[in-house]
Amino acid sequence: MTALERLGWKRLLNWALAFVGVLLAGLGPVIFSAFFAHTILTQVFWLGIAACSLIFLSAYVGMVSLAQVSMYGIAGFVLGNTVTQGQVKGLHLGYDPWVGILITIAVTTVIGLLLGAISSRSAGIYFLMITLAFAVLANTFFGQVTVLSGFSGIGNIQSFTPGFLGNPAENPNRLYYLAFVVSIVVYVLCRYLTRTPFGLTLQGIRDDPVRMGSLGFNVPLHRSIAFGFAAFLASIAGILFVWWNGQIAPGSIDLSAVIDLLVVAVIGGLFRLEGAWLGALVFVVISNYVRSVPGLGHIGITAERYHTVIGVIFLVIVLLSPGGLLGIWEWLQNQLDRAVLRPAVARPAPAEGPEP
Amino acid sequence: MVTPPIALGRRARLEPSSLLRRAPAALVVAASVFVLVWVLFWAPKTNYGPAIDDPSDFFKTFLDSITFAGVLFVIASGFTLIFGLMRAVNMAHGSLYLLGGYIAFEIQQKLVGGSAGGFGLVGSQVSMWDWVVPAIVAFACMAVIGLVMQQGFLRWTQGQDLRQALITIAISIILADQMNKHWPLQETVTWPGRIDTFVSIGSVKYNGARLFMLGCAVVIGLALWAWLQKTKMGMIIRAGVDDRQMVSALGVNIQLAFAIAFLVGAGLAGFGGAMGGAQFNLAPGLDGQWLLNSLIVVIIGGMGSLGGAAIGATLYGFVSQFSAAYLPTTSDNCCTEYSIIFTFALLVAVLAARPHGLFGRPA
Repeated sequence: MTALERLGWKRLLNWALAFVGVLLAGLGPVIFSAFFAHTILTQVFWLGIAACSLIFLSAYVGMVSLAQVSMYGIAGFVLGNTVTQGQVKGLHLGYDPWVGILITIAVTTVIGLLLGAISSRSAGIYFLMITLAFAVLANTFFGQVTVLSGFSGIGNIQSFTPGFLGNPAENPNRLYYLAFVVSIVVYVLCRYLTRTPFGLTLQGIRDDPVRMGSLGFNVPLHRSIAFGFAAFLASIAGILFVWWNGQIAPGSIDLSAVIDLLVVAVIGGLFRLEGAWLGALVFVVISNYVRSVPGLGHIGITAERYHTVIGVIFLVIVLLSPGGLLGIWEWLQNQLDRAVLRPAVARPAPAEGPEP
Repeated sequence: MVTPPIALGRRARLEPSSLLRRAPAALVVAASVFVLVWVLFWAPKTNYGPAIDDPSDFFKTFLDSITFAGVLFVIASGFTLIFGLMRAVNMAHGSLYLLGGYIAFEIQQKLVGGSAGGFGLVGSQVSMWDWVVPAIVAFACMAVIGLVMQQGFLRWTQGQDLRQALITIAISIILADQMNKHWPLQETVTWPGRIDTFVSIGSVKYNGARLFMLGCAVVIGLALWAWLQKTKMGMIIRAGVDDRQMVSALGVNIQLAFAIAFLVGAGLAGFGGAMGGAQFNLAPGLDGQWLLNSLIVVIIGGMGSLGGAAIGATLYGFVSQFSAAYLPTTSDNCCTEYSIIFTFALLVAVLAARPHGLFGRPA
């Protein structure tokens, strides 16, 4: 029995692709242009972490949260308020960056737990709406409250980073590799968590909350903790985001940003953690390069109108494949498997991901 | 007969937990009493001061609240109608509102522009029909768009509520971007001069247009109520809300009822756009704001309940207007920065007590 047969070619292929992807990303600054590596790929990394927090909730707890953007926004505002010095807006406490990071992660996680406690008794579409309302309220809150931010937000956060990172504007490679490594750690952590008893309980709750409740599991508590964990992931994304972006303003977490993150998650696939980074890559590339696609200009799609393109892609993916690009990929593999490689063997229908 | 000891024990154990269960209710009552005392007798460092010293401004804020609640109700009732029957959350509701407003704006420009030359209209140029016709056209256009959305995308994804929400979000992204292209600047529908005047109520002069909006909301609310409660179609819709499959098994064409409910719900968003576009304004990004408003109203009131939408709109209207007027000012010139917190607190309080809203039932 060869290795191919033992593991199955699909698994080998996916491992190979993942290896190539990680290798390319690891060599990113060497093989890609500076713009592609530092602007696009670094954004893919932090956006992927944020999307990963959304996908973790939707894939393993069955809750689609639109509050993840607010979570990384809150993290950004907390970091901006604690570490910066001598600015007009915000509290500019001027703490040590490491203290600021700890406070940021703690505050965001606690807010996530609280919001989880409020909304965890409402599942499904109610949960989606409550988190959406929270997201828009958080945006308005930071716009109104000038003590913390105000409309124009907090700038120059790049100058207050930990020593090993330096100023990301001057040393973009360090931020690139930090975001890259953190992405991998977040992915592994999520994968690990889903195999712990806690993660298995979450999946039980996703599939049948009533049964899990009658088995004695505290469903709202588990959901709240899962939401807190997702907020923790989002806070990491938020820290990377403000270092990458240099500033945070309410405009960064408005409704369109909320929907962008949802689009990222849906394009990649709401039921697979890897989809987070794939979706982020597709989204960021489209939003940066749509202007250079020939022919689009003739039908009225210009660089400013990339949201129409994104919207159409989003619509097509939702209509055709609820599992996103990864869902399509899996379907293709199965078709190939059935049609070419093992036509004679009658195979049971492949297990689908959970229906949305 | 001696009472069994178990019953005694259960009773004894119930005491503290029932007290605990009443704690949130007591908290809500205490908070309400505090707010009432604050607004009526205390209110230091606010724009108006306590209501007993300045009853006319209090009355104005009261009218502001209830008229704002009127617009909220018109828009949110469409949202809740669609959800109630189809369990479909129409995330494009805010976009339909904004597009309806823009269409009313364009029609009004065409109607009036012939005689007055177009650009910034003033109320005296606008007759009653120059508002009513655009509003009806906005209703009709949005009803058609809603119908297309329902037939084209939502009909065959029935029961997959998350997927439907995602589909409507995709539609709202496309609509928002295209509206941004055609109307990049702020626009305003103009109220007819006849109603945009000050009306005296007792000693208070109040904006007639806002009262007109309230009137519209009341008429629409009553019409919806009569339609749902007194007509055969309303009966089918109500039955469909309770048990869709049973109704269709009885030979009723439930798809027709769905289509009509979506038509009316989307149309109400367009009509609301004509009202809101005249009273407030129309600008890119307001679609999200009004989607949020509808969401808050129905989350408070309970999805799918018309009465819930009315109560939710009233609560939200009062909390948002009063917190803006009666919180201590945080800067020298005007206003408070913290009114948004009270909207959120209202939402949290309702959800903590009733996860499905005041009048909502689990799906």
